[in-house]
Amino acid sequence: MSAIGSKGLILNEKLIFERSTAGRCGYDLPLLDVPSVEPDRSLLRDEIEGFPELSEVDVVRHYTRLSTWNYGVDSGFYPLGSCTMKYNPKINEVVARLPGFAHLHPATPDHLSQGALQLMYDLQQALCEISGFPALTLQPSAGAQGEFAGMLMIHAWHQAQGNKRHKVLIPDTAHGTNPATAALCGYDVVPIASDGVLSIEAVAAAMDDSVAALMITNPNTLGLFEPNIREICELVHSRGGLVYCDGANLNALLGICRPGDLGIDVMHFNLHKTFATPHGGGGPGAGPVGVSAALEPFLPVPVIMKEEDGYRLVADRPLSIGQLRTYASQFGILVRAYAYLLSMGPQDLKRATELAVLNANYIRARLEGSYHLPYKQRSLHEVIFSDADLPNDCHTLDVAKRLLDYGFHPPTIYFPLVVQGALMIEPTETESKQELDEFCDALIAIAEEAKSSPHLLHEAPVNARTRRLDETLAARNPRLRWEKS
Amino acid sequence: MDFPEELKYTEDHEWVLSEGDLVSIGISDFAQDQLGDVVFVELPEVGDKVEISKAFGVVESVKAVSDIYAPLAGEVVEVNSDLPDSPESINTSPYEDGWMIRIKPDDMAELDGLMDASAYQAFIEQE
Repeated sequence: MSAIGSKGLILNEKLIFERSTAGRCGYDLPLLDVPSVEPDRSLLRDEIEGFPELSEVDVVRHYTRLSTWNYGVDSGFYPLGSCTMKYNPKINEVVARLPGFAHLHPATPDHLSQGALQLMYDLQQALCEISGFPALTLQPSAGAQGEFAGMLMIHAWHQAQGNKRHKVLIPDTAHGTNPATAALCGYDVVPIASDGVLSIEAVAAAMDDSVAALMITNPNTLGLFEPNIREICELVHSRGGLVYCDGANLNALLGICRPGDLGIDVMHFNLHKTFATPHGGGGPGAGPVGVSAALEPFLPVPVIMKEEDGYRLVADRPLSIGQLRTYASQFGILVRAYAYLLSMGPQDLKRATELAVLNANYIRARLEGSYHLPYKQRSLHEVIFSDADLPNDCHTLDVAKRLLDYGFHPPTIYFPLVVQGALMIEPTETESKQELDEFCDALIAIAEEAKSSPHLLHEAPVNARTRRLDETLAARNPRLRWEKS
Repeated sequence: MDFPEELKYTEDHEWVLSEGDLVSIGISDFAQDQLGDVVFVELPEVGDKVEISKAFGVVESVKAVSDIYAPLAGEVVEVNSDLPDSPESINTSPYEDGWMIRIKPDDMAELDGLMDASAYQAFIEQE
């Protein structure tokens, strides 16, 4: 078992409400040094029942103990497929904490924030160069908001042409957020069946003059590059549609292939995936969107312009889809992504892509004899196995829970939906061979346990802080807030 | 797994029971087994129109969220109002307590396009 498997000093912790002691207080208010006022009664809140009363040390210990339950890329391998949980180099944090960046107020006028605007402009240019798109917005603050912005631009473009198209084609290997985005923008979603990759015929059969766009993920959620992408883009264009690419899997293409060159019209980036900025609870996301020249007038405002006397945020753009958030962007995240780009440089970005693909294929080669591989085609940065070959009523969930006992965070499970009982593993380029070997050893041992002692899988996890939770009960009867008992 | 003879089935794993000029609709034993424990159900309202092969509701299990497609077009005349509070009925009793909606079909002949129990069984063995 891995050394990081959790045994020994596991700090247990109650809810903060349950640690309360009546009358205990951790803070003294300073003496009143301004005239006192009596606020309107309606503005005052009544006593909050059960409001916790704790000292400073109680509070510090409470949250410190809770923090020991966290797991992140700084704790260990995090092989969530489709999430690109790569290590976030600390140099990015150093740069983001430079006072000129960290203390810049977002309302500072353009002429006093030229450095920040230049960073944004240069990052924009770098992302354009990497992706092959002539124009780009840094504004969206998550992948999903990037998708939303991209589809709004597609909608605005069609509207400007006088088109009334209401359908969006989405292959069954697309990211789960794609249909949600299309639906949110008011489109009818038309699913297209693929056989691992999308065929030109399947798109041709569905593509008519009511289709606004095809939303594709490339490489798709099976980790497979879409070999017909160029022809598919030509076909969609020839029938008046546009092609949206979900850029979540860009980590497989960086420095090798530019989506803009393939004929794609719009693509969002996930800086928190491909460009090593913090992910999920570690920080806000950023989902820049690259577009073709035809869509450039529809970019959200403000856009950053480089002019003779410096950089300027420009909001006066009549065809723009509008502003998506307060202020221009999630600036601190952009600083980190730019630091990552500069510290890597073009050659190392390409090398990172190659290593990400190599790592995934190494895992694939090591596990192929132990787990069922539903798609035999050559995969890129992630690999998808299934539980089809596991005996004794052992399933993907059991494997995932047993991995916890071995001290590993499980991969993405039960996605993509086209694979029954999927185990979707994306190692990223930042894992060493030793780390990958320990992970593969654990998965191979679990496949053996499924044959010889399946109860170990069914009872797992035994080493984790909590045993297997009743997810069904939790979903059916959620208790979402504390109540005084 | 159980596939009652008196029902008709769709490729999307819904079942249909014909009752005079109305039909009841739910999801098959195979579908509930594939979904796993159902935790949430969203159904249309009485008076809503459903279109053939278009989604009329949603089931969410611990594994996935799935649309439920109308096997034939018509108007919803009754909805299983117990289901939102006891979605587990879909797992424990997919053909009885787990029924979802009752509709008045526009065209009963659309039933002829559906599979009988043995054809459906052959269909899921192929899948």
